Amino acid sequence: MAGPLLEIEDLKVDFRTDEGTVHAVDGVSLSLEAGEVLSIVGESGCGKSVTAMTILGLTRGPNARISGSIRYQGQELTTASNDELETVRGNRIAMVFQDPMSSFNPVHRIGDQIVEAILAHHDIEKEAAHRQAVEALRSVGIPDPETRARHYPFEFSGGMRQRAMIAMALALEPAILIADEPTTALDVTIQAQILELLQDLNQERGLSVVLITHDLGVVAEIAERVMVMYAGQIVEQGTLEEIFYDPQHPYTWGLMGSLTRLDQERPERLPQIGGQPPSLLGLPPGCRFRPRCPHAFDRCAELPGLEHRLAKEPGHLDRCWLEPSEKKEKREVEGRIGLEARKVSV
Amino acid sequence: MARGELLLEVSHLVKHFPIKSGILFDREVARVRAVDDVSFTLHEGETLGLVGESGCGKSTLCRTAIQLLEPTSGSVKYRGRELVGLSRRELRPLRREIQMIFQDPYSSLNPRKRVGQIIGDPLQLHGLASGNHLRREVQQLMDRVGLQPEHYNRYPHEFSGGQRQRIGIARALALRPKLIIADEPVSALDVSIQAQIINLLEDLQDEFNLSYIFVAHDLGVVRHVSDRIAVMYLGKIVERSPAVELYEQPIHPYSVALLSAVPIPDPKANAARRPIVLEGDVPSPVDPPPGCRFHTRCPWATEVCSEDEPPLAAYESGQAAACHHPRNVDAGMIAATEVAPDSPESASDLLPEPEQAAAAAR
Repeated sequence: MAGPLLEIEDLKVDFRTDEGTVHAVDGVSLSLEAGEVLSIVGESGCGKSVTAMTILGLTRGPNARISGSIRYQGQELTTASNDELETVRGNRIAMVFQDPMSSFNPVHRIGDQIVEAILAHHDIEKEAAHRQAVEALRSVGIPDPETRARHYPFEFSGGMRQRAMIAMALALEPAILIADEPTTALDVTIQAQILELLQDLNQERGLSVVLITHDLGVVAEIAERVMVMYAGQIVEQGTLEEIFYDPQHPYTWGLMGSLTRLDQERPERLPQIGGQPPSLLGLPPGCRFRPRCPHAFDRCAELPGLEHRLAKEPGHLDRCWLEPSEKKEKREVEGRIGLEARKVSV
Repeated sequence: MARGELLLEVSHLVKHFPIKSGILFDREVARVRAVDDVSFTLHEGETLGLVGESGCGKSTLCRTAIQLLEPTSGSVKYRGRELVGLSRRELRPLRREIQMIFQDPYSSLNPRKRVGQIIGDPLQLHGLASGNHLRREVQQLMDRVGLQPEHYNRYPHEFSGGQRQRIGIARALALRPKLIIADEPVSALDVSIQAQIINLLEDLQDEFNLSYIFVAHDLGVVRHVSDRIAVMYLGKIVERSPAVELYEQPIHPYSVALLSAVPIPDPKANAARRPIVLEGDVPSPVDPPPGCRFHTRCPWATEVCSEDEPPLAAYESGQAAACHHPRNVDAGMIAATEVAPDSPESASDLLPEPEQAAAAAR
């Protein structure tokens, strides 16, 4: 296929609130190739979910201002009418949410809800839609799908509900699945099942996946490319290996350092990122990570662009003024990548 | 860490919730076996980690142990004194010494009270401070947990999640407790904030010689904070172990599976390993499987597992596991096992067999 499947350019999403304007997403660009797994990592409020929802036009509203461009196979989505969006939503790009309990209607049977989704897009017999729904449930590994389709959401466990959610998203055979924290509400053993399922879908059906998560472990498991977001902006992006083995932005170091890892010696003390993410209402001038960054210097008063700073890694971009050679030294904390703890007032 | 005196001794604790139905008279039709014959001990200055999946009974175990829920049977001794059967009045002085920190910093703080009041209330209720003295106490506490004392008059909604968890910690600390039960204290927080709270809890432990029961489903967090760990599955402790040993050589297949399911934030290491992906879900605690409760999902289960409930077998390594087919142990270790003195009463005394187990482990 020529060109990327999905292309976002300089996306900005602002929300007007009583307290002022929230700059939820500030200049995000990305491209997703067919069959690729792209992961967006960041903490609450960094704009990762708003980016995903904006792709599907779910953030439109009187208080939202959206600028920039989102193109699906060349078709512009930011200015598309609701009818035009309908044909893309579900059909081409589907989304699963974090909480499988609240994303289903509790008073309708699971099967009927999937049938409804299919009938909204395809002009086929109800019977046929029902068969498709059962097939979709079977394809995500739900045992005895004929019976399970007649059950209500509360009769499903958390993991089963998330599978059903994915089944519903896949029933229309979309090209892209956006998964917003799909395993966060699940136990580890169930999380492993869902990740395996997503991986199979990607490899067998060539499904492109945008995985939004805060868990770097999950990212390492299935992503091919990674974008790290902080306070509405991408602060670093690169391939999985580049991000994990040669991270360039101090925020990425901090995220990695503060993980409690089972594959490494237990550190005496967890390296922590001091302070808190800035309020999106009043962003600090210059680099947005500066108030929490122990390596900040004069130049950080000016906002660094998302640029390519490493000769050997053409796809690896970051927003940090430090010299790549300095970074190698600065990111080592007690033998691992981390952010040196600094007293920052809370 | 040097072990202090024995602080809490929980023996054969059981908590069942009856499910009732009926028109005129409530008849018990079934019971949720939330905690089913669980024993553990906790020493001064020690942290016991409690891990398991949702619904395995970790929170119920904590609440029952400190008498927030009335146990169905069993015994809980706090510094040698039996707690089960004490009246509310008798328990009250002990409540000062045992405090809780909850998971959700959003719903565990009263939104209508100011922070100063939230933290100060326990002091006032127990008649320990009032007036200016109270305010000073509270501001010291706020300062200690990393909150700005000037924010004394703010409401919880004015704080972020991490700061709210600090308020919860200050409230728990106010009465200078000896034991703090932290029920998933960091799972609602972002990773960078998680590390801050974990470090704070560790500092406070050293400063006040606190004992923690640390409940979490995140195995990385639990390893970081715990001295010893108990793994629960469907209301039972399936493995009890010093923290290091559990991660190096988990004995119970459930512990093995749980550890293997944790994604490692290292792409190469991740690609190199073959995680055990357990099939299916946790069965219902209303009707737990007979024999070993894990046998329906266990990749190594045999016939004996569905018939006979394995006893908690004590190993030389200081670990104890309830399994007929233990992992990561050799025949010698198995031969030296004995039934732990606090093994559940319903369990048999059938210890794992060395030859068979060694063959299976290969």
